[in-house]
Amino acid sequence: MSTFATNLTVDELKSEADRLFSRKRLMNFGLPAVVIVYLIYVFFAFDVPGLAGRANWENGKTLVADSYSYKTHVERDNRNGKVSVAIEGERKGAYPEGEAPEWVALGETTVIDLEGGHVVRFGPETVEYDIPDYGTVRATPTRSAGVQAELPEGEVPDWINLSKNRLAITTDAGRLTVTRNRSEVFRYFMGWELFWFTLDSPYHGKSLPQLVGLAASGEAGAILNDFWTNKMWRHEDVAWAIFETILMAFLGTFGAGMVALPLAFLATRNFTPLKSVRFLTRRVFDFVRGVDALIWTVILARAFGPGPLTGALAILVTDTGTFGKIFSEALENVDRKQIEGVQSTGANAPQRYRFGVIPQVTPVLLSQLLYFLESNTRSATVIGAITGGGIGLLLTQAIITQKDWEEVAYYIVLIILMVMLMDWFSGWLRRRLIQGEPEKKREPKSA
Amino acid sequence: MTDLTAGSRSADRIRDEYTAMTQRKRVYGGILLIVFVALMVAGFRTADSRNAGSFVDGWHRIFDYPTEVLSEASEKIGSMPENLVTFFPALIETINIAAASTLIGTIAGTFLALMSTRGMALWPSLIPLFRRIADICRAIPEIVIALVLIFVLGGGPVPAMIAIAIHTAGALGKLFSEVNENASLKPVEGLHSVGANWSQRMYLGVIPQVGPNYVSYALLRFEINIRASAILGFVGAGGLGYELRNSMSWGQGRYDEAAAIFLLLFVTIVVVDQISGLLRERLTHGSEKGAQA
Repeated sequence: MSTFATNLTVDELKSEADRLFSRKRLMNFGLPAVVIVYLIYVFFAFDVPGLAGRANWENGKTLVADSYSYKTHVERDNRNGKVSVAIEGERKGAYPEGEAPEWVALGETTVIDLEGGHVVRFGPETVEYDIPDYGTVRATPTRSAGVQAELPEGEVPDWINLSKNRLAITTDAGRLTVTRNRSEVFRYFMGWELFWFTLDSPYHGKSLPQLVGLAASGEAGAILNDFWTNKMWRHEDVAWAIFETILMAFLGTFGAGMVALPLAFLATRNFTPLKSVRFLTRRVFDFVRGVDALIWTVILARAFGPGPLTGALAILVTDTGTFGKIFSEALENVDRKQIEGVQSTGANAPQRYRFGVIPQVTPVLLSQLLYFLESNTRSATVIGAITGGGIGLLLTQAIITQKDWEEVAYYIVLIILMVMLMDWFSGWLRRRLIQGEPEKKREPKSA
Repeated sequence: MTDLTAGSRSADRIRDEYTAMTQRKRVYGGILLIVFVALMVAGFRTADSRNAGSFVDGWHRIFDYPTEVLSEASEKIGSMPENLVTFFPALIETINIAAASTLIGTIAGTFLALMSTRGMALWPSLIPLFRRIADICRAIPEIVIALVLIFVLGGGPVPAMIAIAIHTAGALGKLFSEVNENASLKPVEGLHSVGANWSQRMYLGVIPQVGPNYVSYALLRFEINIRASAILGFVGAGGLGYELRNSMSWGQGRYDEAAAIFLLLFVTIVVVDQISGLLRERLTHGSEKGAQA
């Protein structure tokens, strides 16, 4: 600014102020305009208008509904008349033969109460569905003539889908499908089914006080075992997966720190007088960082196969570059005086580094390491999804099957909790190790 | 301590205390070191045993794949320019995903940060709510949102953009609110006294103070987001990552394409890092040129 230029005329000052104003105005309106123009370009480059056509909102609806509710299938094999009940239609959630929840009455004619007046009856020949305010729908599946349906008088409503070989009725109470070979009823419930115990466990359906009582009478181990080996939710595998993910982040971050620290000395002006060594080390750091975790993951997965070790090594290699850069910057900023002070007491080179350099950079190093520990927990989830390891793998598997959305929701909640926990933990450790030190000294001796 | 007559005795005591303290520190440090080394070794062994291939068997094979790719690429070096041109649109898409999500994330992050800073928030009672929103947005890995959105919206750049933007908004929201804490509230009060409404107070009173820091953080995010958008492409969200997975799953015979994609990705990341590093340097330390003009 021209604060010291006293020989300026008023006109000059005025024109200068005007220039400043117009430049500010240009910035104020130009910058948002550029941003908007760019976003409009992206809007069309990504074909957002065409997205509505490509999007599958039905998928979205199932996804949301399935993540907080579950369905129980009651299925009749029309060829032999056998009725089976299974949660989510999975073998893991099937009721033992001859058993059913209380809203299903097994017998010659199986009566399924869908509540609110909706009742489905699987007769020996005919399937009947009483729908309040509409009437009774009858369908007789035959091998030769497909599904013969009798509907009440009037137009077929759009929630009934009828063709020669298939009848499908979707109501708020549930869903009935009749085909030549199978009659099937879905009833929807809120919540995550069989989260604690599967049907084959004796503890299924017990209330919490009952369980506490049983645990007190010496069955705690069996109860935990049944929960731990739950076939539907696989708590054991999930716990291992979470552990693997954290393990990848831990090994990768601290391994990278240990590799990067000695290399960082080679990249600093004050510790490495040789310019060529400095240049070379810095380019190595840049290269390793530039190749990026994605490519390292791909390369390492070829050598080690899928698993947590590959993920840990991918994080290790990438972060060696990052840490090398950060550490060497920290090392360039160390105070020479402290080193000279140590040297004046007759310390040799290793002692100079140990007492002159390391104490100065430790706080910076540790805080960076702990920052990265948290962000690497997230990276480990992503890398796990690519190489196959940890919670990332479970998540991708659950999404690929496209039906276990309650498990997807469960994993997402676990991942968020895991990352938040690591965030809290690394923050706590950082405060403890770096700022908490003076406080620790004041504490009375405990040992 | 101030007892001068007992100088030698207190010096002894000080020395004893000092030795005891250093010994205690050394013991603590030693225990911590042992625990850390034990954790690293045990962790490595666990990871190794749960991996498909072990470290001992695999480490000498690390360079097999790169060598294969490079040798095939060098055989077909003639097709390299052609491949680079072929995959250039994918590169543009990757950069666009990163840029658009950084922009959207920055705008949302600014809003979150203003809403969760005392003295600037429009509804002060909702500050904890906005902080939690930012925390949750930050905690969700991009891939989670991307995979779910790919299922609903189909593959393509939009799921990746939304996923990265949400994470960016959370991450920047936290950093920005730390910047906001240090901003002076006097301009805001001044604007308030002349009757400015909330958006005017923020745009004219706060943003000019925090602008350089915001831009610096946003640039750092852009670097990170380039990498993230490449990775998300690998799970089906378009861009270079998607092409990379395709050319890799073709296996041998297409390694020249893989090499071209590796090269494009590498050069982009290095160039973006360098440019944004330079810009951030200028923003935080101020440019000499700008100060004189």
